[in-house]
Amino acid sequence: MTDPIVQLRDIGVRFGTVPVLVAVDLTIAPGEVVGVAGPNGSGKTTLLGVVATLIRPNSGTGRVLGAALGTDDVRRVRRRIGLSGHEPAVYPDLTLAENLRFVARIAGVTVEAADRALADVGLAAAADRPAGRSSHGMQRRIDLARMLMLEPDLVLLDEAHAGLDQDAEVIIDVILERTRRRRGAALIVSHDAERLARQVDRVLRIEAGATV
Amino acid sequence: MSSFWRQALQVAKRDLLVEGRAGEGVGIVLPFGALAVFVVPLATSGSASLLADLAAPVYWLVTLLFGMQLALRQTATETVPQRRLLVLLGLDPVARFVGRTLSAWVLLIGLQLVLIPLVVLFYEPEPVPTPALMLPALALYALGLAMLGTLAGDLTVGLRTRTALAPMLAAPLAVPLVMGASQSLISISRGEGILTWTLLLVATDLALSVAGVVTARPLEETAT
Repeated sequence: MTDPIVQLRDIGVRFGTVPVLVAVDLTIAPGEVVGVAGPNGSGKTTLLGVVATLIRPNSGTGRVLGAALGTDDVRRVRRRIGLSGHEPAVYPDLTLAENLRFVARIAGVTVEAADRALADVGLAAAADRPAGRSSHGMQRRIDLARMLMLEPDLVLLDEAHAGLDQDAEVIIDVILERTRRRRGAALIVSHDAERLARQVDRVLRIEAGATV
Repeated sequence: MSSFWRQALQVAKRDLLVEGRAGEGVGIVLPFGALAVFVVPLATSGSASLLADLAAPVYWLVTLLFGMQLALRQTATETVPQRRLLVLLGLDPVARFVGRTLSAWVLLIGLQLVLIPLVVLFYEPEPVPTPALMLPALALYALGLAMLGTLAGDLTVGLRTRTALAPMLAAPLAVPLVMGASQSLISISRGEGILTWTLLLVATDLALSVAGVVTARPLEETAT
């Protein structure tokens, strides 16, 4: 049997004394795309942070891509995780092309692959525009271009549909399709229930930090 | 080129590119540093011997204060999404420290080189017999300040009190650097050897680099 890509058991996270996640269970199998829905402040983004190995849980156990959460083992798998947060990870003073090329060089990918990904998300004509003077939607597309370029085994999208038009939604479809084909997995947070239902295999609902 | 050095050089290149576009160093720190050099001759009686005596102290003071400002510049601050991106890209935290130090070092060397002719012009100090001997001291001094700025910046990332806290952390640790560099200049002027002061600079830089390497991973975890 193939091991799950994500397996969380009784995961709890506190920020100071405030509990943000309480006893969350989640299993994502290879090839599966899971949506996360819930009201504001319910812990969706924190859950994504835990799965991205960036937030260390205070309780519970979990494995992501085979690495045990809360251990140094996660360093080994981080390169296989792609995260697009609701605030795009771009350098405002660099152009859109420079942003992607920087990522490519750090990750050891060719510059040509970066330029190709930029064209794939429809930003070739705006390549020389500073990211800081580009719209939020364009910045989000850079995040998506990064996913196309690096092909992570675990795709994490926070507020996946915020600030994106119909064309960009097609890009998300492509990323998810390729991820499924690679037997990777994805976890998508969105407030747009209709769009989310169309793109995922099942929806996990979170309320007050717990799965319901 | 190894993956480590490729990553470090990319980080340094990115920092310099961002700084070049934002112009915080060239547009703000450098002009005010030059102005600070000019203030003392304006505010004193203009006695040539007094100014000549003040040349070195003013130079070290201005390079320390404005150098730290350069090392802690706003354009070197990374947001949480940027830090998270680098972590997930598998960027070696030590390579990141080296890259950021390298870019700050280049800027600090630039600041030093701009200030030297200004100090010579306004203060007319006694000529140094062998000025080339000062080059290693200046390079080591700038390297120490660059590492100190990078460390202090990373230790205070995300804190609201960053602007006040970072210089407070860095200032005491800069003392051996200023001492090593300034005493090197005095020794050269007197025709004495500078081995002791060079060793002090090397030892301080080594201690700072060890601190940078040791704290790189824990700081990476806390910043995300």
